[in-house]
Amino acid sequence: MTCKEFLAQLTDYFDGKLAADLEAEVRTHMGKCGHCEVVVNTTRKTIEVYRNNEVYEISPSLRERLCAAIMSKCKGKKPGCSSEE
Amino acid sequence: MHPDVALVARVRDGDTHAFEQLVRQYDRQVFRIAQHITQNREDAEDIVQDAFLKAYEKLDQFQGNSKFSTWLIRIAVNESLMRLRKRKNARTVSMDEDVQTDEGFIPRDFADWSPNPEQQFGQSELADILRKTIQGLPEGFRSVFVLRDVENLSTEETAEMLGLSVPAVKSRLLRARLQLRERLSRHFKQAKGAPEK
Ligand SMILES: [Zn+2]
Repeated sequence: MTCKEFLAQLTDYFDGKLAADLEAEVRTHMGKCGHCEVVVNTTRKTIEVYRNNEVYEISPSLRERLCAAIMSKCKGKKPGCSSEE
Repeated sequence: MHPDVALVARVRDGDTHAFEQLVRQYDRQVFRIAQHITQNREDAEDIVQDAFLKAYEKLDQFQGNSKFSTWLIRIAVNESLMRLRKRKNARTVSMDEDVQTDEGFIPRDFADWSPNPEQQFGQSELADILRKTIQGLPEGFRSVFVLRDVENLSTEETAEMLGLSVPAVKSRLLRARLQLRERLSRHFKQAKGAPEK
């Protein structure tokens, strides 16, 4: 397996969706190829760091303002009564 | 039964407090998605309002066989894409715009990262790095990454919401992840000769 072929399997590998023989090949490649091993570990970390850290904080005051705006627009309307369709 | 199902039922019976509870539960998520896709704060604020209002008005179309959160996210993504197109003034904008069809992205930086690289930074400094890094991605990659990896939707759900095929989502996801990795590497890689802790 070349590095390029390895990369092509990366997404399915992360999802645990590789067939057993292909997964074995992927693991063998990683064992032999330091570059791909680093790519796997740091890519996994990349996903984790985005998942665990809030990139766009929304302030409590903005939340209150938006919530109030939404609720005031909903008042006087019945839920689930879209005129479309 | 998911607690949202009971809340939705109460909203249908005219209980607006139940709807407020749903708003407070998902406003941060809707805002995050909108901001990621549009990269525009004003738009994101509008989208939060429009998405919840639409959800309220269309609640009769929500069927209990999907999760309320997924249904709401679909509305939010739609609104976000609409705003994006509007801003771009309807220039040939499609999610396909920024995709080259060559084999994709080859990693270049093979330096390993320190064990918990994010801990070298303060919270706001880290958020800043993550924000700037993801802003540099083409929009079609960014949306896929956000829905799939940040919001944890399935490949199929992501494909459906963005109007892409499953293979397209997979290839964009790979390239988004690799590009983010490459860019983060500048900040996170182990300094040469740095003392091990
Ligand atoms: Zn390799």
